[in-house]
Amino acid sequence: MTASAKTTTVGKPMPMTDARTKILGLGKYADDLTVPGMLIGRILHSPYPHARIVRIDTSVAEGLDGVRGIATGRDAPTPYGILPIGHDECVFAVDKVRYIGDNVAAVAATSAEVAEQALDLIRVEYQPLGAWLDPEKSMQAESDWIHASRPHNIEKEYHHVFGDVEAGFRQAAFVSEQRYVAGEVNHAAMEPHSTLAIWEPDGRMTVYSSTQVPYYLHRTISEVCELPMNRIRVIKPLIGSGFGGKSEVIPIEVAAAVLAKKTKKPVKITYTREEVFYAHRGRPRTIVDLKMGITREGKIAAVEARVIQDGGAYCGFGPVTVLYSGALLGAIYDVPAVRYDGYRVLTNKPACGAMRGHGTVNVRFAFESMLDRLAEIADIDPAELRCRNLLRAPCVTVNGLRVTSYGLPECIEKVVERSGWRAKRGKLPYGKGMGMACSHYVSGAANPIIRSNMPHTTVNIKIDRDAAVTVYSGASDIGQGSDTMQVQVVAEVLGVRPERIKLIAADTALTPIDLGSYSSRVTFMAGNASIEAAKNMRDQIFAAVAEDFGCRPHELTSTDEVIHKKNDPGVRVGFDEAVGKAIDFHGALVARGSYTPPDEARGAKFKGAGVGPSPSYSYSAQVAEVTVDPETGRVRVDKIVAAHDCGKALNPLAVEGQVIGSVYMGFGQAMEEEMVWNGARLMNPSLLEYRIPTTLENPEIECIIVESEDPEGPFGAKEAGEGSLAATIPAIANAIYDAVGVRINTVPFSPEAVLAALRKQRGAEGKGPQTPSEDRERPR
Amino acid sequence: MQKQLIRLCVNGEEREFAAAPNRLLLDALREDLALTGTKRGCDDSSCGCCAVLIDGVPMLSCVALAASYEGSDIVTVEGLGAAGALDPVQEGWVERAGAQCGFCTPGFLITTVALLERNPHPSLEEIREALSSNLCRCTGYMQIYESVRYAVEKHRRQGEQAAPAGRGAER
Repeated sequence: MTASAKTTTVGKPMPMTDARTKILGLGKYADDLTVPGMLIGRILHSPYPHARIVRIDTSVAEGLDGVRGIATGRDAPTPYGILPIGHDECVFAVDKVRYIGDNVAAVAATSAEVAEQALDLIRVEYQPLGAWLDPEKSMQAESDWIHASRPHNIEKEYHHVFGDVEAGFRQAAFVSEQRYVAGEVNHAAMEPHSTLAIWEPDGRMTVYSSTQVPYYLHRTISEVCELPMNRIRVIKPLIGSGFGGKSEVIPIEVAAAVLAKKTKKPVKITYTREEVFYAHRGRPRTIVDLKMGITREGKIAAVEARVIQDGGAYCGFGPVTVLYSGALLGAIYDVPAVRYDGYRVLTNKPACGAMRGHGTVNVRFAFESMLDRLAEIADIDPAELRCRNLLRAPCVTVNGLRVTSYGLPECIEKVVERSGWRAKRGKLPYGKGMGMACSHYVSGAANPIIRSNMPHTTVNIKIDRDAAVTVYSGASDIGQGSDTMQVQVVAEVLGVRPERIKLIAADTALTPIDLGSYSSRVTFMAGNASIEAAKNMRDQIFAAVAEDFGCRPHELTSTDEVIHKKNDPGVRVGFDEAVGKAIDFHGALVARGSYTPPDEARGAKFKGAGVGPSPSYSYSAQVAEVTVDPETGRVRVDKIVAAHDCGKALNPLAVEGQVIGSVYMGFGQAMEEEMVWNGARLMNPSLLEYRIPTTLENPEIECIIVESEDPEGPFGAKEAGEGSLAATIPAIANAIYDAVGVRINTVPFSPEAVLAALRKQRGAEGKGPQTPSEDRERPR
Repeated sequence: MQKQLIRLCVNGEEREFAAAPNRLLLDALREDLALTGTKRGCDDSSCGCCAVLIDGVPMLSCVALAASYEGSDIVTVEGLGAAGALDPVQEGWVERAGAQCGFCTPGFLITTVALLERNPHPSLEEIREALSSNLCRCTGYMQIYESVRYAVEKHRRQGEQAAPAGRGAER
């Protein structure tokens, strides 16, 4: 279905269907749930970064009044992990602990106080081992590997070459080579993770959990608890956002299930904020050694990147992160040659994972910063340089990614216009500056995590005598508004008001499988499946009405709760009456729709080619305006203008919120967020010390929606929730350069970093050309 | 610790429950009184998700002892708005998408209601200042400002309608 059709619900701003529940304080998140007889669980964490467990003695703790059960590694030794190639985690450490905060045991008790007392009574004897903390040293390790199955602590490495890289660099007139380092960040979703696992009297288990991926949780609990999937029901309640932090199975979820099975009681565990930081799965500290060459005309000739990600102690999504970094590195532009060497390295720190803009954010920072350098050397305006490297959609990138729609040119044009780029960039007084950067992201992964021919999502619709439309979808709304989006598209296709539609979501006993809320897949995939289900439903209703009218079904249309003949609107019937006729004709109405990415979208065939392909890509361009105080090094971001190509804004209110929220999160990483380590100890596991931006620091963010109308997207839509994030960091870096003439290659851009760069700049003054000394300019 | 009877006035209702003297107001609201609208987002009074009005002043219930507020007038998110009607601030959050995941929303609503009570026409700077004790990770705050402005405008229109009757304009 294309966007050109006139729509009544789609494309109109619509408050979220659950907004009232939320603003009344009546919505139930996992920690808000209680059931009779419920026990409270608490988890014992390792005080060592790397140690052998010699002995665990739970006998004293078990004797404490109110303790109902204690679980250790022995109770659930089956390893699990989100990737089939990375089942390296046990819910409780079996032989070794691998980071400070690793899970050792858990207690279920009649109250939180008793559970906490019991934790103090568990005696664990550890034999400490040397800890690997620096990824560049860890990957040289000859012994004491964190996992015996991962030699030299390298979780995974990939080496990809596309096109003729050597020839590309030979053609280049200007070449830059730099090291960029981005610090480790956490999602800091406002809701700490929480799980309520209920052991049912008939030997089944019901699990309410703060998850973005009910289906994968369902599978994992089945494996670890050794219960068939058909005895387990996973329900996603309201989720206090995820950003990827709930997109793989988190230890708390399995711990609650293991305790529930062991005690035969309902058990709820909720993380403290400190535990959220230890469960982590955030964006890894990333070292990017980047080399890029452009021709005198400003055409990118070749790109070479060596990327090291400090992945922490377990695999998690690690290999996917490092593959995304390579796949998306150059694919936003027309780049003829790319060499990529990516390393995912294990260290004795909490496991990293997927975080908003998964894998693309830190390499985009490097790439877009370097484009700014090269633009200066080549004396080309940075916006113009980007325009000289655009793709021509439809096309396939050098690494095999199919591009079906490409709104980047319009995004650049819009932000240039709105920001006053031509009048301001390079012309503002010292201390004020403007910078630009672009980014892109997948609208869902074309290949599933677990290889299978199953559709990536299925949606069922039921209508009975009451003419209420009930939509059953496994898709997980985590605050981004996907429930609302599904209601909108179903309303549009059926020609009914959204109020008629009730969505039942993410309950494995009721809703068909959806792979989860990650890689920005829900609008594209569940949106398309919802449209297909609604069309199948509409066909059934039209068949009955057509018989009544004595016409063909295709002569009918449905708008505003009325079905009528297209060429004779006077021949009409209300939706309720039409449903009645259809039920007389077919019986109670059910319809199904599903979505599977087309084969052409699934990418090339080399090792690692499965990550990066998507049915479609979003594009973003941003301009940041900053003020830098040269005395203190403090950077204030005054404004960010962000244009995002989401294909079609099904709900502009939600799209705007997603784009602005992405920019905000990029701003946070750029300016102030970083997990700070003293050896193996995290120094800021709290929202007081891990500072996410408040209203006081946050810049004004202006969102411009660009609609490129993707040929395969639902009503032309693509993703909106992640793609903008990655452009924000380099846009700010480039603006800092425009303001005071220093390049900051490390994220965050702290006052210390800016001040150090300014001091270095003063020391180097009068010693040569304006171009940074690390750059090599090579005349052809 | 020995439990004691605690009497609190919450959302206009007298409520009684037994709890230890060190029971936090947040836990008392959520667990003893089943008012789970008030959220816990952190360990150290840094997120603002647990804000409630105590005698009209927004306070963090995670660092308040329940027993210390006997005799105070406590309002949680469940108590905002008149019976059967939304507070204009709540309406603003619905219409202008102030809530995405909704977890920080109760705290923001409480803070905003208190702000508009003492300053019915805040400037953007005043809104930012007042809301700086509440963290939101979803919205980037821009739609939250829009939500506040919606409420300001709604109050203004209500004030105009009420003015001919001689009351309400002073609000």
